[in-house]
Amino acid sequence: MLEPRLIERLSPGEVATIAAIDRAGLDPLTAQRLHELGFDEGVDVELLHRAPFGGDPLAVRVGNMTVALRKSMARLIEIEAPAAPAAIAAE
Amino acid sequence: MNVPLATPVVALVGNPNAGKTSLFNALTGSRQKVGNYPGVTVERKAGRLPLPDGRIAELIDLPGTYSLTPRSPDEAVTRDAVLGLLQGEKRLDAIIAVVDATNLRNHLRFVLELRRLGLPMLVALNMVDLAARDGMTIDVERLSAILGLPVVATVAVRRRGLDDVAAQVAATLRAETPVLAVVADADVRLLQREARVIADTVTLTQGARRRWSQRLDGVALHPVLGPILLAALLFCMFQAVFAWVSAPTDWLAAQVTLAQGALTAGMADGPLRSMLVDGVLGGVGAVVVFLPQILILFFFILCLEQSGYMVRAAFLMDRLMARVGLNGRAFIPLISSFACAVPGIMATRTIDSPRDRLTTILIAPLMTCSARLPVYAVIIGAFIPDRPVLGVLGLQGLVLFVLYIAGVVGALVAAWALRHTVTKGPSPTFLMEMPKYQWPAPRDIGIGMYQRAMAFITRAGGIILVSTIALWALATWPKPPADWNRPALEYSIAGRIGAGLEPIFRPIGFNKEIALALVPGMAAREVAVSALGTVYSLQGTDENHTDGLITKLQAAWSLPTALAFLAWFVFAPQCISTLAVTRRETGGWAWPAFMFAYLFAAAYVAAGITYWTARALF
Repeated sequence: MLEPRLIERLSPGEVATIAAIDRAGLDPLTAQRLHELGFDEGVDVELLHRAPFGGDPLAVRVGNMTVALRKSMARLIEIEAPAAPAAIAAE
Repeated sequence: MNVPLATPVVALVGNPNAGKTSLFNALTGSRQKVGNYPGVTVERKAGRLPLPDGRIAELIDLPGTYSLTPRSPDEAVTRDAVLGLLQGEKRLDAIIAVVDATNLRNHLRFVLELRRLGLPMLVALNMVDLAARDGMTIDVERLSAILGLPVVATVAVRRRGLDDVAAQVAATLRAETPVLAVVADADVRLLQREARVIADTVTLTQGARRRWSQRLDGVALHPVLGPILLAALLFCMFQAVFAWVSAPTDWLAAQVTLAQGALTAGMADGPLRSMLVDGVLGGVGAVVVFLPQILILFFFILCLEQSGYMVRAAFLMDRLMARVGLNGRAFIPLISSFACAVPGIMATRTIDSPRDRLTTILIAPLMTCSARLPVYAVIIGAFIPDRPVLGVLGLQGLVLFVLYIAGVVGALVAAWALRHTVTKGPSPTFLMEMPKYQWPAPRDIGIGMYQRAMAFITRAGGIILVSTIALWALATWPKPPADWNRPALEYSIAGRIGAGLEPIFRPIGFNKEIALALVPGMAAREVAVSALGTVYSLQGTDENHTDGLITKLQAAWSLPTALAFLAWFVFAPQCISTLAVTRRETGGWAWPAFMFAYLFAAAYVAAGITYWTARALF
């Protein structure tokens, strides 16, 4: 699959691994805060909740932290199916 | 052998939600002082920490931050304090890095960043009970060995590990003044990875993730149930403010009336008696009776903040806030502004975008603050009949609710207008940690409410007392000549000021007593009530003060005037404290002047529309 997978396409409770973060699309301070909140390549993310009225922002679990972020920022985070053997491919 | 330092300064530093403030409260108890850092309105909390060797350290609770790279003004204070750059502050002698044991991977990154500075330092591994309950085991000794720092396991809310913290602080403080290592900015990703490795090494069993917190979120953030729950919580809050307080408020009001009666009976008639009865008791008394309501409001807000729900509310509101050009984060200071715009405006320091922050500051006074409650309560009590509507709701409560909604709608419209004009610019994003749910600790709520109560009483004893006495004096002198056959008040300086202002306010239905009350009401909104109390108390023929202010207003005002007065106070800019804090936050008089002008215009228009509509209808 060529199209990068996005957090917003996950179904609630589904876990994926962060493949890449598009830092060029962020100002440096926001990129840094993203890392301070635990986002990083190789870390697990799970979509927990979507906000009412249009599903934006999203609440995701990253590591042991729950973070709220808007879809526009979540789109800069590319994900892939987790490396864990227990994971079942969605498609 | 260590030479004792004069008063060593020790700071609590850590991520937001690490339990820093609980640890601070537990370590210092009531021995704390709340003030401001010079030049910024970031709250400075300091307390005395007795050490086992007999010394006493000054413990400072620094604002929570994720790193030494600040994104908002409060985070900048923490960085400057840690680096010793803060004007007028002593350099730190030691740091207590507070870490949430259930979130080691993230919190250790900040510890690693702090460690590079070379200051004497210890780590408080907080909330170890929650980690244990999740089935997580942490090897404290190993963590200490890897970090090369003392690590103390604590449970701040249960007061566990406090003696160990004090003992380690004493052991960590060195005689010589510590020298900060000059270090290049840390690469966040390297520290992040190092922290993950350490966390995984010292975590012996991982345990289950906080499923219960997620289950609560399943309801709190549910697309349908979430907004309903938020609306219900806010409604309960305002209902409680009115329903729970009648007993303590009536009791306080009765005490004021008793004191007035006792003074009237026990003192000879004269200026002093008039000042005490009409000025002090009539004015300050009218405000002090609202202490219970203000405390209940703060109780709810503190509970919402400490339980972690406030961030969920921000999450739910983000979409709506985005429509008017703000983000969900701005919702939190706005909720605080329901208690008082001053802490609300101070809370905007957590907003990272300067334009967003300015917009939030400018609309914060539109949230109905507790100082407006006395005004609303008196007018609603006097003019709105206490009868049920739709079975369960009271008409008085409903009118109050409408006034709060009017403030919120006004704030949203103002935000939209401001973001399209004076604070135009790109919309900031919304990125926020959602802390785990926690039971609010009674000690922390208690300390928070105590500090709010003291602030209110100090205000009542200070600005409100001074302005009511000043108004009493202006309303008493000069004494009219013997052949003056109209109320004595009209002859006084205050009466003449009121008469002078009346033409400005006559078109919106205000009489000269209102115009007069608005002048001292500039000091603080609730003073308008005490001013009306003083004016009508002096004007009245009621020698024994048996009639309350409500009865006097019913006789003096028409219903359209009363409604216009309520509408005025939805927008009313009168509050010196709000303007002063805005000046400090925005660094000049331009924005407070703008705020005053736009709120005055809005209040004038709203009161005018209300007055003329009501005249046409009733």
